[in-house]
Amino acid sequence: MGEVFVITSGKGGVGKTTTTANIGTALALEGKRVVLIDADIGLRNLDVVLGLENRIVYDLVDVVEGTCRLRQALVRDKRFEGLYLLPAAQTRDKNAVSPEQMQKLCDDLKEQFDFILIDSPAGIEHGFKNAVAGADRAIVVTVPEVSAVRDADRIIGMLATNDIPNPLLIINRLRIDLVKRGDMMNIEDTNEILGIDLLGVVPDDENIVISTNRGEPVTIDEDSMAGTAFRNIAKRILGEDIPLMDLDEEDTFMDKIKRLFGINKNRKN
Amino acid sequence: MKGLFRFFSKDDNKSKDIAKERLKLVLTHDRANVSPKYLDMMKDDIIKVMSGYMEIDEEGIDINLTRMANDDDTYTSTLVANIPIKKIKNIGKNNG
Ligand SMILES: Nc1ncnc2c1ncn2[C@@H]1O[C@H](COP(=O)(O)OP(=O)(O)O)[C@@H](O)[C@H]1O
Ligand SMILES: [Mg+2]
Repeated sequence: MGEVFVITSGKGGVGKTTTTANIGTALALEGKRVVLIDADIGLRNLDVVLGLENRIVYDLVDVVEGTCRLRQALVRDKRFEGLYLLPAAQTRDKNAVSPEQMQKLCDDLKEQFDFILIDSPAGIEHGFKNAVAGADRAIVVTVPEVSAVRDADRIIGMLATNDIPNPLLIINRLRIDLVKRGDMMNIEDTNEILGIDLLGVVPDDENIVISTNRGEPVTIDEDSMAGTAFRNIAKRILGEDIPLMDLDEEDTFMDKIKRLFGINKNRKN
Repeated sequence: MKGLFRFFSKDDNKSKDIAKERLKLVLTHDRANVSPKYLDMMKDDIIKVMSGYMEIDEEGIDINLTRMANDDDTYTSTLVANIPIKKIKNIGKNNG
């Protein structure tokens, strides 16, 4: 029996789709059977982030309306054994699916998969209610900024009222240079304010832009900081006790020399 | 000059600390779903009641609505009040 995770945030653009694609890929690389559901109906995105946009025939709405079988709508990712995508409909609006239909869909998928990850749309309206309807657990993604954290807090409250009481937090796009000079809330600050369990921290990493351009999840880039962060998150979901990675290793050789001579680069400006 | 100023400036001038303080305040209101004014009214009432028993430092009062973890992994909204006491009044002591 599989487990359904909804990836949500309230605010748009904080990294839900990126997170869904990468955790999903990482779980598949760990040998799990994984399906990713794009619940952002009308604003389909997960397909391009995964590089599967040319393989879509049917979508989520086709499944719930009975136009096709569930099996026919699942796009198999040929690069990663066990990874599937259920795409969102692009030309329909959010009301095309009801929470009851989503619940039924998740129940069906649980029979066949170890993990069902739902990429939630931004907002707290109909799309959010659909995305959480069939979920057992929730992952809240935020960036360490005032507006995103505020929206994350709102979402945590709404998850509780939707009977998903213990969500997990991912802090995305952390910039260690800003944190060091006190211009970005650090892990502790963000965690203290939101008060839920931390699942992982993903640094701001240009490799995400590069890999998204290519349609390849950054997870497969062994050398990238973000890729490592996502692989660690997947392992934690599987119950492994993996400490938070040291985000400092991006310091250049010159930074280290400067530190050696007592020149603190973070005090310069 | 700006650089020099920042160099000597205290920790609480960091923009991340300002962000954190602003967030704490706005979340207090968001979570309670009440206006700042409503919370102020409650604060005034709390002060009024407590003043009958002790002298409190009104400037130092900090009232926050936070989320506290329960043993069973759920969370409860909790009102956390920090009310500095200047002096406990003597009335009533050893009288009963
Ligand atoms: N850790 C990161 N580092 C750099 N860029 C990121 C990171 N996470 C997300 N992004 C970029 O931010 C943008 C929004 O991400 P996306 O996953 O689409 O957010 P959402 O689904 O929440 O709207 C994308 O252009 C993505 O490439
Ligand atoms: Mg998205």
